Amino acid sequence: MNGFVSQFAGALLITAGLALVSGFVGTSVGLLLAIAKHTHTSRMVGLITAYTTVVRGVPELVIILLIYFGGTALASAIAGRYVEVNAFTAGVIALSVVFSGYATEVFRGAIAAIPAGQAEAAKSLGLSAWQRWLLVVAPQMWRLALPAYGNLWISLFKDTALVSIIGLTDVMRVAFVGAGSMRAPLSFYLAASALYLSLTTVTLLSIRLAERRYPALGR
Amino acid sequence: MDLTMMVEAAVVLSSGLKLTLTLTALALAAGFILSVPLAFVRAFARPALSLSVLAYTYVFRGTPMLVQLFLVYYGLGQIEAVRTSIFWVVLRDPFWCALLTFSLNSAAHTTEILCRGLQSVPKGMTEAAAALGLKRFQTARLVTFPIAFRISLPAYGNEVVGMIKGSSLASTVTLLEVTGMARQMVSTTFAPYEIFIVAGAIYLLLTSIAVKITQVLELHLATDGKSSLRRRTRLKTALPGATTP
Repeated sequence: MNGFVSQFAGALLITAGLALVSGFVGTSVGLLLAIAKHTHTSRMVGLITAYTTVVRGVPELVIILLIYFGGTALASAIAGRYVEVNAFTAGVIALSVVFSGYATEVFRGAIAAIPAGQAEAAKSLGLSAWQRWLLVVAPQMWRLALPAYGNLWISLFKDTALVSIIGLTDVMRVAFVGAGSMRAPLSFYLAASALYLSLTTVTLLSIRLAERRYPALGR
Repeated sequence: MDLTMMVEAAVVLSSGLKLTLTLTALALAAGFILSVPLAFVRAFARPALSLSVLAYTYVFRGTPMLVQLFLVYYGLGQIEAVRTSIFWVVLRDPFWCALLTFSLNSAAHTTEILCRGLQSVPKGMTEAAAALGLKRFQTARLVTFPIAFRISLPAYGNEVVGMIKGSSLASTVTLLEVTGMARQMVSTTFAPYEIFIVAGAIYLLLTSIAVKITQVLELHLATDGKSSLRRRTRLKTALPGATTP
């Protein structure tokens, strides 16, 4: 039983690492797409909308399976022999794609909620595009986006459990293996639930703290 | 990309569509029925009761549905009392385990959605209902709930989409719904691109239809000036037909 405690500890690090890496990649991509959607031509906007619609309309599990098995097929075809894609990498790519799809819409909504006069005023003061985005839009946008953005992180931590299906030894996988070998599924899945619940609770508390620290401006 | 494989996949995966739709529809229905009383308790009851409902929704919304599913499917059998009880006939079956998990999960999400709707019903509405002599249950049925439902509709639409997507987890407990069919087909043909893309397209179609229905329903239930005008004109044209029965 003690062996499983250390296994769970290691798995918790993998789960948290997977979520953090995917979350940061997804946030960066989501930000870029939201800004592109705000500034670019209609064809670009159409493409980005198509991306977010598809990503948000397809089950996370299917995206994970597609990237893992599809990636393996692609890598095997390139290498000319059977190559298996690393489950962590496949998980990061899949969860980043999912996160970026939702984050784009959250950020786009927040940018749209900032009065147009703000950017126009910044422009009339002679600020460059970079300065406008960094100094005027970003500080307001991020406060408006915070509640919805926080929910994305909670969903992300829960979605990491799906990566266990393609064999990543995360919390869910350790629980699955332990449940089978010790013939105690109830205890192992309850332990896994407790670990996930503590992860989502920590996330929730951090969001609440951030919301209190950075309330929406001018309300 | 192999087009004939994709056509073949579309035919094979469509046979899993019935199970996906059954699971989603039943889970949503059970979840909704369960969540209406819970939402009222969560919104208006004494703190002790409200907090116990919060504990339920918090745990179900804070843990992955996959863990919940495995807990029900593999975990409950570990309890001797469950194995000897009459429920074992049901809990042995992956379909009922999936349905139970999805329903409880959906109920937790829907409870919080409806609770937020109930809390944002203006106080004047219920006071007006009380002034008209409506009893508490009548007020809840005729005033509070319809208004709360209309407020909650966009969020509930997201929950419907989430449930359609979540039903794909049933494939992990051997059920052959769309994702289950896709995984089985990939393991025999090893054409992951074609098959999973077709599976994704099927889900995208389902979720798009759900989004569209929610939007239409939102428009239909809206109470701004435009739609009440439309309703009045419709009433006029329907009047001659109304005399026939």
